Amino acid sequence: MKKTVFVGALTAATFGAGMVHAQTTLETIQNRGELICGSNTGQAGFGAPDSNGVWQGFDVGFCRALGAAVLNDPNAVTFVPLTSQTRFSALASGEVDVLARNTTWTFVRDVDLNLTFVGTNYYDGQGFMVTRELGVSSALELDGATVCIETGTTTELNLADYFRVNNMSYEPVPVDTAAEAQQQYLAGACDVYTTDVSALASSRAAFAEPGDHAILPEVISKEPLGPVVRHGDDQWADIVQWTLFALIAAEELGVTSANMEELKAGGNNPEINRLLGVEGGFGEMLGLDNDWAARAIAAVGNYGELFSSTIGDQTPIGLARGLNAQWTQGGLLYAPPFR
Amino acid sequence: MSSTTDPRAAESAPPKRAFHPSMLLYDQRYRSITIQIFALFLLMLGAAWLIDNVINNLRLLGRTFSFNFLSQSAGYDINQRPIEYNSQMTHGRAALVGFLNTVILAVMGCALATILGVLAGVLRLSKNWIVSRLVTVYVEVFRNIPTLIWILIFGAVMAESMPAPSAFRGDDPASSMIFDAIAITNRGVYVPAILFTTELGVLPLGPVSPSLNWVLVLAVLVAGIFANKVLIDHATRVQNATGIRPKTWWKSLLVLFGPVILIFLALGAHLEYPELRGFNFVGGTHLRNSLLAMWLGLGIYTGAFIAEIVRGGILAISKGQTEAAFALGLQPGKTMRLVILPQALRVIIPPLISQYLNLTKNTSLGLAVGYMDLRSTLGGITINQTGRELEGMLLLMAVYLAISLTISGLMNVYNSRVKLKER
Repeated sequence: MKKTVFVGALTAATFGAGMVHAQTTLETIQNRGELICGSNTGQAGFGAPDSNGVWQGFDVGFCRALGAAVLNDPNAVTFVPLTSQTRFSALASGEVDVLARNTTWTFVRDVDLNLTFVGTNYYDGQGFMVTRELGVSSALELDGATVCIETGTTTELNLADYFRVNNMSYEPVPVDTAAEAQQQYLAGACDVYTTDVSALASSRAAFAEPGDHAILPEVISKEPLGPVVRHGDDQWADIVQWTLFALIAAEELGVTSANMEELKAGGNNPEINRLLGVEGGFGEMLGLDNDWAARAIAAVGNYGELFSSTIGDQTPIGLARGLNAQWTQGGLLYAPPFR
Repeated sequence: MSSTTDPRAAESAPPKRAFHPSMLLYDQRYRSITIQIFALFLLMLGAAWLIDNVINNLRLLGRTFSFNFLSQSAGYDINQRPIEYNSQMTHGRAALVGFLNTVILAVMGCALATILGVLAGVLRLSKNWIVSRLVTVYVEVFRNIPTLIWILIFGAVMAESMPAPSAFRGDDPASSMIFDAIAITNRGVYVPAILFTTELGVLPLGPVSPSLNWVLVLAVLVAGIFANKVLIDHATRVQNATGIRPKTWWKSLLVLFGPVILIFLALGAHLEYPELRGFNFVGGTHLRNSLLAMWLGLGIYTGAFIAEIVRGGILAISKGQTEAAFALGLQPGKTMRLVILPQALRVIIPPLISQYLNLTKNTSLGLAVGYMDLRSTLGGITINQTGRELEGMLLLMAVYLAISLTISGLMNVYNSRVKLKER
């Protein structure tokens, strides 16, 4: 018994180790000269290494923008692939500085897990994908189906709720990663693959025969996905949050990676001037220099540019802007004023 | 040999010197105790520092230490449910389901590993060249590749190369069921289930409530085994007294199976065949891919180790024993069963205990193929949904420790019964 207590304490201490931060996160990153970003284990369009082993994608782009803002180098970012099971421990233990991997903002995660969700970079919802030959046209016809589901996700809980509310039964096949889920789904070991619609689209784009698979019309949940940081370092949370807002505001204000140098020379729009560090000294208030947002936009483009180059209509993922359009265009994207 | 020490001489040894603190360090009699107490203090100090560190860090993070999450609604579903469970039940209940799944897998795995191991261990010593080489290949191949790889291989073979349930559909299906009763699909194997027309109700045992029908069957089976043992003991006594062993085989069969068959008939047992309905097969017993992959992976892998243990145990018995048994006219099979194995058991059992423990702990690899054992439920999804890593892991460790100690305790009882009795 004594041994158990000791071993328990040892494990406990291991868990606890690394949580003490003498330095702020920003200082740690600057001393290290590198931003460590918790990423997907591989989700085409959102975060996956390309054929040269360089990480590419929508979430990856956000981390690169952050790297450019903080370290003046979009390539000074190390990506740590995290499964849905390991992501929060990795963040809490300080293994990564920020998590940018399709993580849903929920009450429990925000409040009970002591994480700080700084905003939403993609408004998503959970959907179902089936093979066309199954002849199913609605999620309400899925009674008795076998469903592949990534464990430890909000999708898992939504799935249980949805089938219970609609009086249907299902056989869950729990898997650890999206890759495993796709493999099981393609082998026919499950009839249905369920996850966020964006991830379904991303998976389908990578299939050999994308046309054989249909995404059912029902979207059964709200999944606001966004970057997450640890509780307790407000300065770092502000930097991550306002980098996201800078990308969104840049699109709204018409600042692109192409015309930025021109606008930086100074114009008569004060908000653009404050965003690009020409006036206001906003970067210094964050503990960075005034060029931070300009560097972030230069690295990956504004929100719209990043979206269309990674997951938009013109890419194999082919996602429409939908809810993720600017508020001025009927979408939900809304950056607070740079004032 | 005569003793040279006089007991009285020992008593009249130099009188004890008065105790002096420096003796704690310089006197051999006390030094070891001093060192041990010092080491214990260091250990306790270390433990206190670790615990203090944890408490501090938790406070810094604003986290509390509480097991309340166990009584909250779990919200997730589990596919293999030995007891009733749905997503509205608590995390504690989910953990219990996971625990039972762990136990089921461990028992199945140990049984398979033992049967395979004993067979392979004996056969590897066979004089038949092909048999012994084949077994050698099995042992070496399975022993030298990690368990997880085997589990994944079995899982992949089941998922990728078996037909989907839809292949059984239509007038001219691509696949058909074996004897119209067993369906092997990429989602697992469906076999007929035994159902009863008369239900006796359930045995209320707190969280679990097993069906009284099965409890009755099990009780009758155990009673039958016990009665059979009495019968055999009686036969042995008769043989010892008269030299003639009465025929017992038909009595044994009757005692072992007669009552069970009667119970089955009385309760109206019948088979429920799996049939294709909707997306999947419905009815019968569903042996999921994950269970089969884990069972085969763990059982065959551990079986290879047990084979080596059995072989070592047999080789440890002097060849003279075999020769003596042959000289008495015993056939090779009987020699193995009556002379060699009973003696080899005392060498075999202790390492066998470790293998059972290994197998049981390796069930925690279940997540790799989606088997919902304790590690996947409590240690996986629950921790992930509630964020209670510390509490969950402590609980997980306590449960695995309890399982392991139980196994080794039971096996040690068995070991003390079969070990060499020295008279």
